[in-house]
Amino acid sequence: MRPLALLGRAVLAALAMIGRIALFAVEAISHILRPPFYGREFLSALMNIGWLSLPVVGLTAVFTGGALALQIYAGGSRFNAEAVVPQIVAVGMVRELGPVLVGLMIAARVTSSIAAEIATMKVTEQIDALVTLSTHPMKYLTVPRVLAAVLVVPLLVGVGDIIGIFGGYAVATGTLGFNPAGYIRNTVNFLEPLDVISSLTKGAVFGFAAALMGCYHGMNSGRGAMGVGRATKTAVEGAAILILAANFVLTGVFFTL
Amino acid sequence: MIEMTDIRKSFGSNHVLRGLNLSVPKGTSMVIIGGSGTGKSIALKCVLGLVKQDSGTVMVDGKDASKGDRDAFLARFGMLFQGGALFDSLPVWQNVAFRLLRGSLKRPHDEARAIAIEKLRRVGLKADVADRFPAELSGGMQKRVGLARAIAAEPEIIFFDEPTTGLDPIMSGVINELIREIVVEMGATAMTITHDMTSVRAIADNIAMLHEGVIQWTGPVAEMDQSGNPYLEQFIQGKADGPIEAVR
Repeated sequence: MRPLALLGRAVLAALAMIGRIALFAVEAISHILRPPFYGREFLSALMNIGWLSLPVVGLTAVFTGGALALQIYAGGSRFNAEAVVPQIVAVGMVRELGPVLVGLMIAARVTSSIAAEIATMKVTEQIDALVTLSTHPMKYLTVPRVLAAVLVVPLLVGVGDIIGIFGGYAVATGTLGFNPAGYIRNTVNFLEPLDVISSLTKGAVFGFAAALMGCYHGMNSGRGAMGVGRATKTAVEGAAILILAANFVLTGVFFTL
Repeated sequence: MIEMTDIRKSFGSNHVLRGLNLSVPKGTSMVIIGGSGTGKSIALKCVLGLVKQDSGTVMVDGKDASKGDRDAFLARFGMLFQGGALFDSLPVWQNVAFRLLRGSLKRPHDEARAIAIEKLRRVGLKADVADRFPAELSGGMQKRVGLARAIAAEPEIIFFDEPTTGLDPIMSGVINELIREIVVEMGATAMTITHDMTSVRAIADNIAMLHEGVIQWTGPVAEMDQSGNPYLEQFIQGKADGPIEAVR
C-alpha cells in the first residue's frame, strides 16, 4: 500500500506542476498582447538567444550533417543505395535533426541561463524590487524572453538546417566522391515546402518551451544557492523533455499532412 | 497613515503573523524591532502586496491597499531592500532611475539620468559611480544606491528593510543619518525594520516590538527605555533571560 501511495503522490505532484506550468504559459501569452512592452529587454533577449547561440548551433549542425552523410552512405551501400545521401541528409536535417538538436542546444544554453538569472534575481529580492518599482515581473522578465525565443529559434533552426546540409555536402563531395553540382541539385529538388515549414514550426514551439521553462523555474526557485541550482537543473530537464515530446507530436501532425 | 488591522499570515504550520495591529501616522518614522524570523519583513511585504496576508486589512490613507489601481498605489512607495536588490545587468544610474525610464513616471532619458545623478549625490556618491555596475561597488555603496533608488521618484512612503545589516558601525551611522535626513526633508512616512538599536534611536519617531506574530509594545522612541514591557526590555538590553526564548 505504501509504494502505491508514494506513486500516487508523485503522479499528483507531477500533474500539479504541469497545471502550474500551463497556467504560467497562459499568463505569459496574455501579457504578450497587453502593454507596456519592454523593447530594450526584448532586443537584449534576441541578442542573447539568437546571435550568441549561433556558434554552438553552427558547430552542432555541421558535425551532425557530416556524420549523417557518412552513416547514410555506409547504410545505403549495403543495398546499393549510396546515391540517396543528398536527399536523406536534407530531409533528415530539415525535418528532424536540425530542429531537435537546435532545440536541445537552446535548452542547454538558454534555458539554463534564463533559469539561473531569474532564480538569482528572486533569491536576491530583485523580483520584489521590480514589483515595488511598479514593474510586472511577468512583463519585464518572461514576455521579452519567450517572445524573442519564439521568433529567433526558427531562424536558428533554419541556419542549423543549412549548415547541417553543408556539413553533409562537405563530407560527401570531399571524401565520398559525390559531384558538388549534382549534390546541390538533388538536395534542392528533393526538399518540399512542407519540410521547411515543419522545421520552422518546430523551432518556434521548441523556442517557446525552452524560454518558458527557464522563466517558470527561475520565478519559482527555492532559496539560496541550492535553490538556484535546483531551478536551473529542473528547467533544463523540463525543457529537454518538453522539446522531445513536442517533437513527437508535431512530427505526427506533419506526417499526416 | 498606514493602518494594519488583525493581519494573519501562515506558511504551512508556521504561523508568522497572528493578528498584527499597527498604525503609522502620516509623516512619521516607525521602526519595527524584533528577533529574527518574527515576521517583520513579512509585515512590510503585506503592506506592499508582495505577500498576501491570510486575513486582515491594510489601509493606506483610508483606502484598502488590496483594491484599486495597483500601479498608482505602488508609485507612492519607495523601498530599500536588505541586500540592496540592485539589478546586476543595469548600470547604477539606470538602477536609480528605473522608475523614471518606464511606466507612468517615465521621463526623457537625459532628464532621468540627471535626476539619478542628483539622487546619487544626495546619498553621498559622486557622478562617476553612475556608469558603474552594482557588482563593482562595496556593500556600503550598494546600500546608498539602493537608498537613492528608493527616493528617486520622491515617494510619500518609504520602507527600509534592515538598512544597516552587514555594514561597519561608521557606515551604519552614515546610512542612519541619511535616512533620517531624507525622511525629514521629504516629509515622507517611513517604516523601518531592524535589529540594530543604534539605528532605532537614530531613525525612529515611534517603535513597535514584534514577537510571536503580534505587536507586544508600541510607542514613542523617547518612552522606549521606561516602557516596563518585559519583551522590549529584554530586546533593548540584549539579555538571554526573559520572556523571549533564546536558543543556546
